[in-house]
Amino acid sequence: MQCYFDHVATTPLRPEVLEAMMPYFKEEFGNPLSIYPLGTNAREAVERAREQVAGLVNAKSTEIIFTSSGAEANNFALRGIAFARQHEGRHIIVSRMEHHSILNSARFLEKMGFTATYLPPDRHGLIDPEAVRKAITDETILISVIHASPEVGTIEPVREIAAIARERNITFHTDAVASVGNIPVDVKELGADLLSMSAHQFNGPKGAGALYLREGQRIIPLIFGGIQEGGRRAGTENVPAIVGMGRAAEIAKAELPHRVDGIRRLRDRLIEGIMKMEAVHFTGHPEQRLPGHASFCVEYIEGEGMLLMLAAKGIYVASGSACTSKALKSSPVLLSMGIPTHVAHGSVVFTLGADNTEEQIDYALEEFPQVIKRLRELSPFSKGWGDIEEGGTCIPKK
Amino acid sequence: MYSKEVMDHFMNPRNVGEMPDADGVGTEGNPVCGDMMKLFIKVKDNRIEDAKFQTFGCGAAIAVSSMITEMVKGKTLDEAMSISKEQVASALGGLPPQKMHCSNLGADALRKAIEDYRQKHGSQ
Repeated sequence: MQCYFDHVATTPLRPEVLEAMMPYFKEEFGNPLSIYPLGTNAREAVERAREQVAGLVNAKSTEIIFTSSGAEANNFALRGIAFARQHEGRHIIVSRMEHHSILNSARFLEKMGFTATYLPPDRHGLIDPEAVRKAITDETILISVIHASPEVGTIEPVREIAAIARERNITFHTDAVASVGNIPVDVKELGADLLSMSAHQFNGPKGAGALYLREGQRIIPLIFGGIQEGGRRAGTENVPAIVGMGRAAEIAKAELPHRVDGIRRLRDRLIEGIMKMEAVHFTGHPEQRLPGHASFCVEYIEGEGMLLMLAAKGIYVASGSACTSKALKSSPVLLSMGIPTHVAHGSVVFTLGADNTEEQIDYALEEFPQVIKRLRELSPFSKGWGDIEEGGTCIPKK
Repeated sequence: MYSKEVMDHFMNPRNVGEMPDADGVGTEGNPVCGDMMKLFIKVKDNRIEDAKFQTFGCGAAIAVSSMITEMVKGKTLDEAMSISKEQVASALGGLPPQKMHCSNLGADALRKAIEDYRQKHGSQ
């Protein structure tokens, strides 16, 4: 049985989405800037998609800027706002729950002379709005806090943080890549000035993302050139991908209310089953979390081994362990939540989608304990960790 | 990502487990760093008669442990001492660049096990 439980990595493209995209790979190949019908057809398709994406997050279509990815939207938001407002101040606040595209943008801004505050989460991965308030200085121009964590599933109190930012006339951005299309997201209700999203997280194509930019908010482009996207993001539009993102947004909006409960039920069944095993820890917030997200740290074994053994059984999951990352570093998110490094190595993340079934959950619950048992048989720690020294550096020998 | 040999030794590791009457034990690595290997050897007439391992770590670390315990069986202590990480990696059909340190771990654990044996038995 094949069980795809890695919807945080990407989601399957819906057939209706592919169907909507196809004409724009073939006969409707026009450049949206051209004034003859081939061009105006493409232009109209892009604008229709803009309305569909705006509809998913309750924005105006003029507030949506298409990008190549969620990562680009995040880069654009941080750098675009920091440079637009640098004469008012040069301090930004981000959380330690952020994706690399936010953290590395913040580090880049530090190199450009900005200062950045990185706010730690609590043990459930939550950022305290009061800690945000305390971190604000007269120099603060931008706050960015992720909406929902792809690593531990925690949904942050973004509305409260946005309200604090607004009180102080600070621009607020949220990375909603993991949440848009998976839970209802309303930019007005959240009070965000900017919000990033990505099509392939909600059954759309890869290569399409968007940044919501509240009307009246100034931004400096990341990509200079022509007048596409109102001059804010140059480059001939990726018309098929944008059309696909629009159609996926439309489907997500229509289906979301019916979809969430079923996914949450499957997830709770999975969590309940996995937590029956010994020395397995649940990560993230127990209630304030994405409906399809189940994340754990399994003691005495390492994440990559679990991934490979599960994959051999047709079960596809993710891990934040050091060995699964090319950089050989444990997930900074897990470590910032206070999870000890040796435990973080046993990270395993199941993310469910609308395509998963109860049979798949039962199959995973049959197979996963055997994988854990097998790997623990191999481990020198099957009887406990013994004395472990935290800290120090782990630089692999060449 | 991994060669056929790595996957084979990871999915069906040879020589797994503790050896209560081991003549030499070598431990290398640290769970904080993500991999730790414990290697046991049984020695007779200056030759490694048997070897076993316990490993906490990724697929490559487990495959390296399995392969190195296979490679040392029947070798003299001096022969086993000279097994290099490159030899282990190439016996496994190669390792991805970021996993080469795992083969180092195996070779180092083996050397420590041999040193442990020599220390206990007062021989050189």
